[in-house]
Amino acid sequence: MGDVLVLAEHRQGALRDISFEMMAIAPKVAEAMGGEVKVLLLGSGMEEMAKKMSGYGVKVIVADDPLFENFNAEKYQKALSALLDDMKPAVFMTGQTAQGVDFMPALAVEKKLPYVAEAIDLNYEDGTLKAIRNMYSGKVNATVAFKQADTYLVTIREGAVEAPEPAAAGDVEKIDSPLKEDVPYRKFVEYIEAEVGDVDITQSEILVAVGRGLKEDKNLPPIEELAQSIKADIAGSRAATDAGWLPHDRQVGTSGKTVKPKLYLALGISGAFQHLAGMKGAKTIVAVNKDPEAPIFTVADYAIVDDMFKVVPALTEKLKELKG
Amino acid sequence: MKTFVCIKYVPDTSEAEVKVNPDGKTVDDSRFSFDINDADNYAVEESVLIKEDKGGEVDVLSIGPKQSEVMIRMAMAKGCDKATRVEDDRIADHDPLIVAKVLAGAIKDQEFDLVLTGCWADDDGHMATGVALAEYLGVNHASMVKKVEVLDGKVRAHRELEGGLMEVLELELPAVLTIQTGINEPRYAPIKGIRQAQKKELNVVNLDDLSIDPAEVSADASQVVLENLYIPEVESAAEFIEGETDEKAEKLASILVKGGLV
Repeated sequence: MGDVLVLAEHRQGALRDISFEMMAIAPKVAEAMGGEVKVLLLGSGMEEMAKKMSGYGVKVIVADDPLFENFNAEKYQKALSALLDDMKPAVFMTGQTAQGVDFMPALAVEKKLPYVAEAIDLNYEDGTLKAIRNMYSGKVNATVAFKQADTYLVTIREGAVEAPEPAAAGDVEKIDSPLKEDVPYRKFVEYIEAEVGDVDITQSEILVAVGRGLKEDKNLPPIEELAQSIKADIAGSRAATDAGWLPHDRQVGTSGKTVKPKLYLALGISGAFQHLAGMKGAKTIVAVNKDPEAPIFTVADYAIVDDMFKVVPALTEKLKELKG
Repeated sequence: MKTFVCIKYVPDTSEAEVKVNPDGKTVDDSRFSFDINDADNYAVEESVLIKEDKGGEVDVLSIGPKQSEVMIRMAMAKGCDKATRVEDDRIADHDPLIVAKVLAGAIKDQEFDLVLTGCWADDDGHMATGVALAEYLGVNHASMVKKVEVLDGKVRAHRELEGGLMEVLELELPAVLTIQTGINEPRYAPIKGIRQAQKKELNVVNLDDLSIDPAEVSADASQVVLENLYIPEVESAAEFIEGETDEKAEKLASILVKGGLV
């Protein structure tokens, strides 16, 4: 009893980072609950992935079935529903990813089990499991307690914790597929890769990035002038690409690109965690934002609390002077 | 086509200071400006685009206070046909599974082809309500949808995965789709639409009107407890550059040039 079952996530033949990150949270919860961590893999042809996950000193359970070849929320829900009945883990966790969010809420409703979405941490104290999660653009944290139940369902935010180093080798166990039949009412058609644009921002040395603070695309020229003066490419947050100010291939963040330039100048970007995930690897980060509470400042090396529209022309001028 | 679009009235906290009330369970929202949740705004637009293409009707559904009627009227000004606003203090609205149960209770017994809603709420951000709603209604779903093609008896949805990858799938109708931002360009409401919207049907109902047992959607029915809210410690190692705007710009330029960063 007290086991923590982790559904590892993989796509197009590779494990996704969240699968490793959950290895930073699951073991401490399992220990506190007096159980062990088990990692579940649903898919087809997963020997390498199973080996990799078992390297965290956990038992890996593999259900190999061609029906799992591409993710399908309905198939996952059916399979997991049967497996939860079978294995009765104390906790079932997976990532708050495009995959996790597509079946966990439905599974929770079907099984009548408590569910907390997008936890950034989990603690088991005095017989109660509690999750910490963000609210209000990351400005507030909430502690959410699970009421007593046979199994607690939770999704973990991507990038909330660092993945630990692998420890010791664990076992791999193959089980019969819990999926009895295909689901005709939901069909995977294809993957469409992201479009490739004129500039590959993952290769840029310097990026000037804009966000919601740009307000409208007619405010772009001074930004372009700044970028030109320091030979930077222009990128943006989701808000900037959603609004059509920049093409989609310039989007930095979870659903866009992960960039690691030498310099990242964030202008009018509040810093939603999805954006931070895509740029916190930059060598030097400069952030300009009116809001002193903006989360972007948590990852910045240099910060200016001011109106970007006043700072940018002044900065361009000074840079031109200094660089001659 | 009969479409329901479920929308939420949320505070804009992107540039606001957020304070937790003394009860430790709510935030002081007295100084926030409220409007439609960003992703829901795209869901409204998508529902109207589908109606313009395929004909039919779009009904707005929202759980929220009287003030949110401004938002509901705006959705009707953009082309939605009628609306239901659910207001009832007994709903444990911190729990997205409870919210989904109430929405399902308001939709059930009615014919529909699609239910659209935003994939993410700007305030509590669970990304759970739409998918849970589909389960309560016993219909198909797809989340984080960035393109919708309505076909004969089914819908082709493009789901936005990480890294810009799209997953294309086909669902038999009826279905719930949770809409991702950027799927379309939400229109501004035309003046004529704003006038017409004032005359459109907006029903205000409570749990009793919907024949939902309050005990089923109360805090006691929720399986999670919101214990407390707190402001996380902001750990910033940043060097904050101070002074008048010009001074700040000059200092930063100097740091960038001298540090060999540009």
